[in-house]
Amino acid sequence: MDAIPAAQTTKHVSPDVGELFTGFFVLGLTGFGGVLPLARHMMVEKRDWLSSAEFTDLLGLCQFLPGGNIINMSVAVGLKFRGIPGALASILGLIAVPTAVVIGLGVIYSQFANDPVVRHLFGGLAAAAAGLLISTAIKIAWPLRRDVLGLLIVTLGVLAIAVLRLPLLPTLLTLAPLSIFLRARQAS
Amino acid sequence: MTATLVTLALIFAELSLLAFGGGNTILPEMQRQVVDIHHWMSAQEFGALFALAQAAPGPNMMVVPLVGWHVAGFSGVLVTSLAKFGPSSLVTGFALQLWERFKDRPWRKTVQAGLVPVTAGLVTASAIVITHASASSWGTILIAAGVAIATTTTRIHPLLALAAGAVLGLTGIGQP
Repeated sequence: MDAIPAAQTTKHVSPDVGELFTGFFVLGLTGFGGVLPLARHMMVEKRDWLSSAEFTDLLGLCQFLPGGNIINMSVAVGLKFRGIPGALASILGLIAVPTAVVIGLGVIYSQFANDPVVRHLFGGLAAAAAGLLISTAIKIAWPLRRDVLGLLIVTLGVLAIAVLRLPLLPTLLTLAPLSIFLRARQAS
Repeated sequence: MTATLVTLALIFAELSLLAFGGGNTILPEMQRQVVDIHHWMSAQEFGALFALAQAAPGPNMMVVPLVGWHVAGFSGVLVTSLAKFGPSSLVTGFALQLWERFKDRPWRKTVQAGLVPVTAGLVTASAIVITHASASSWGTILIAAGVAIATTTTRIHPLLALAAGAVLGLTGIGQP
């Protein structure tokens, strides 16, 4: 009998600070509309930094924490291999190009915001971005459709934030413990 | 100016630590702060900045430096980026060290399961708030609805959907 699965014993590539930066730089450059699938491809398949199991484990941690999954992931991977310089190289690599691009678009937008054609263009773009967000919300909420407790929490969250426009901090401090408490009671 | 930068830093540092379930959950609070409380921009402008950030490559929180730039130029970019990505990164660093110890504890699964509907509620609220700001004419409502249906029911690339929305918007049909 094999004592340990091969994935956990295989020695993977250990990137240095420069490789961490370039790896995440390329990711930031290419990741349109969701970086996560590309991140897995880069770290597991292409560059062999992590095993598939290690990637899933780190992702689990990052989903559990505040902040964007992929941003947290870059910090975690950088730290894991090269400590704090590695973490800085990874996150800076990841956000360098997107920040520059987004500011460039912002400059264009503010320059031509009063032109009716540009206004219409951005009106359509903004509406489409809203449509994408609706779709994301549906996909996240769909698995909960037969879960009465889950739907109760979803409804309370929507009421507090979208309808009553309550601040996020007290909403989160109420809803998260309530939801976890309900799960714990359900489990026991 | 310094007062504005300090305010930006405080807002985004708080958002950084509250962003459970990713960046989309904090959009309504971000909008509430920069539009309703500090009046740095209108809800429509916030919607436009969010759209720009969605059209750019990279992680989906690029609206953060954009808001910083809009409010306070390049120092705003620096301050909002540091404030948004710094605190959550520190938490990640500390959590990474504890992670191995708690990996197999049953309470971890319970907490994770409990956070799922909270995230779902916050993202749904984000969708409502952003749609309310960005789809105000019948033309833009149709675009938002069309994109929502297309990206939910098919595997169309999000960037293609955004491009289609921009082209439809360009015609000016149904927009003031």
